[in-house]
Amino acid sequence: MKLSKRIGLIASIAAVGLTLAACGNNNKNAGSAKTTKYSAALVTDGGGVDDKSFNQSGWEGLEAWGKKNGLKKGVGGYNYAQSNSDADFTPNINKLIQAKYQTIFGIGYKLESAIKNAAKANPKTNFVIIDDVIPAKNVASVTFKDNEGAFLAGVAAAKTTKTKKVGFIGGVHSAVIDRFEAGFRQGVAAVDKNISVDVKYANDFSKPDVGQALANAMFNNDEDVIYQAAGGTGAGVFSAAKNQIKKKKVWVIGVDQDQTAEGQYKGGNLTLTSTVKGVGTAMEKLADDAKDGKFPGGKTTVYGLKEKGVSLTKGNLSAAAWKSVQDYQKKIIDGSLKVAEKPSQLNKK
Amino acid sequence: MRIKNLRFGNLWISVTSVILGMLVGAIIMLLSGFNPIENYVSLFTGAVGSPNAIGEVLREATPLILTGLGFAVANSAGFFNIGLAGQALAGWLASVTFALAFPHAPGFILLPGAILAGAIAGALWSGIAGFLRAYFGASEVITTIMLNYVALYATNAIVKGFLAKGDGDYSPTIPVQARLRTPFLEHLTQNSTFHWGILVSLAAVVVVWWLMKKTTLGFEIRAVGMNEDASRYAGMSTKRTIISAMLISGCLAGLGGAMEGLGNFQNIIVNTALPSIGFDGMSVSLLATGSPVGIVLAALLFGMLKIGGLNISIASTTPPEIVDIVIAAVIFFVGANYLIRYLSVKLRRHPRQPEAVASDTQPEAAVAERAAQAEEEGEDTK
Repeated sequence: MKLSKRIGLIASIAAVGLTLAACGNNNKNAGSAKTTKYSAALVTDGGGVDDKSFNQSGWEGLEAWGKKNGLKKGVGGYNYAQSNSDADFTPNINKLIQAKYQTIFGIGYKLESAIKNAAKANPKTNFVIIDDVIPAKNVASVTFKDNEGAFLAGVAAAKTTKTKKVGFIGGVHSAVIDRFEAGFRQGVAAVDKNISVDVKYANDFSKPDVGQALANAMFNNDEDVIYQAAGGTGAGVFSAAKNQIKKKKVWVIGVDQDQTAEGQYKGGNLTLTSTVKGVGTAMEKLADDAKDGKFPGGKTTVYGLKEKGVSLTKGNLSAAAWKSVQDYQKKIIDGSLKVAEKPSQLNKK
Repeated sequence: MRIKNLRFGNLWISVTSVILGMLVGAIIMLLSGFNPIENYVSLFTGAVGSPNAIGEVLREATPLILTGLGFAVANSAGFFNIGLAGQALAGWLASVTFALAFPHAPGFILLPGAILAGAIAGALWSGIAGFLRAYFGASEVITTIMLNYVALYATNAIVKGFLAKGDGDYSPTIPVQARLRTPFLEHLTQNSTFHWGILVSLAAVVVVWWLMKKTTLGFEIRAVGMNEDASRYAGMSTKRTIISAMLISGCLAGLGGAMEGLGNFQNIIVNTALPSIGFDGMSVSLLATGSPVGIVLAALLFGMLKIGGLNISIASTTPPEIVDIVIAAVIFFVGANYLIRYLSVKLRRHPRQPEAVASDTQPEAAVAERAAQAEEEGEDTK
């Protein structure tokens, strides 16, 4: 049994090889790469480009760029490589390099070390890292002041709440989500120090059930506005709100993309507003720069409210709340108001 | 003569199963409007078309060989070790922690020490389940699943609380002398993540083969697997054997985790899910029906499909989801080759029957089958 199985396996592997080799001879030119100056691709930080969040907005930016320049999806145009696990980062990047993509985007801080190593080994390729900083000549770093967008979300929540109680649901404690929490809490306190902010973490970016349970607890505790910065977990916050809306008025604030569609229910919409992170816009611009030979390698671009890299949608905000949001936005843009990056900075005040 | 024919039969059965899997994959791709030939070419070139691709395939296979062996050892003792992922994570954490704890130690101490730390951590983690099974009869399926979660969240807490700098969620990179990836290998394979861990995996293959076939412990493990009560009646200490089998299993899984820590990633990160080498190792082992050499080949097949698969959606517009379905179809048919074997025996008999008298051919086939069975069993117990 054992030996025969072994031989079987050798055979099967040989067979894969032979069959494929045969195909290869017939179609040698089918998959070969065409080189153009303008090709660009992104590597996701886990999951696909339909995550209704980070990867998706990056991909939409790259698609828009490709269409604008008359490129097609695929080698020589624009494309994405999906990472099913962290172990896929380096193979994906190397395969994109071999397929001669000129500019390679790493979406998210998790790709930092993979991009750093690849940039060192491939000095002629342009790399971009989102949400982290890599000091190398052929790497452009892009970071976002999420805390500024979150601050405005805090203002919006404080101006909308009737119960003087609001909630924040984060994905996983990390430098990025810390910025959301700090900004939101500071924004709420700026409007009214007596409004309480209930902060909870799901410890996962892809568990809607946990998001739903946390949100239900918050709503039952009379909190009527919840800001979620929790990726896929956030979908559960919306479903919890849709159940509560039958009994009382509640709101959810969306994250990363305009999540108005998520808050649609029979008889209205419960998405108060969304903080939008312009990953797509930033990528579109960088891809353009690379095309024009002006790739900002070695530089870090910080996108805040001023650069329109983060913003707050008007959504269902009342006129008074929206006016207040715009007043604070002006103060942040002209520098007279600084927004904290870490919750620990708030406690000191 | 007859045996030769049978072996040839096995060969074409395996060829058929792979071709069938690829055909089903091709149909799926055709139905969704993608070019299967072009995509299979991308898969193949992505897996073995360049030194970089080969390096990545070998790197992917390295931990799978170890977790596959780990599953096989426990399985011969009759245990379904679902905890490979958690044990691998324990090994990963221990090896990286060890390497970070002694940044100035010379490489010849640090590297073996870190590998050993990984092996011990994995063994201890599975040892808990083995102990509970041996003394309290607790089902190892439940305990290892639960220990997986304990390992995942405990590791995350340790990484965030002790190893990571500031607010980060990954540890610093391990010192150069503890790394299994070297500039020489990177140069050889065009900057792939290939590392020396493959030697550890191959050594483990030899050791496990020797342990299971040539030692008393190996014999006892297999005996307990076949019949625990009979083994006890024959005077074996079943408790000791159960714990030993689980320790060895976890030790191998821990080594697999150490390969990820010291070779592939060179640090440890906060994982949102258990490392995939655990469950993939189970598939590898089951695909190879537990044979050590088969595990190497199955791990290589997995590596080729995974790494080659990445290339499909890079070279074409085929979405990764379709690629995953195609790869799953190929693995499914390789795993289900028993079905093809069964069908081929059925199909081969039918055309013969009209030519010869039925009573003449059927006993012959039965004898051939019995001879084959005897051969298989002889091998198993040798």
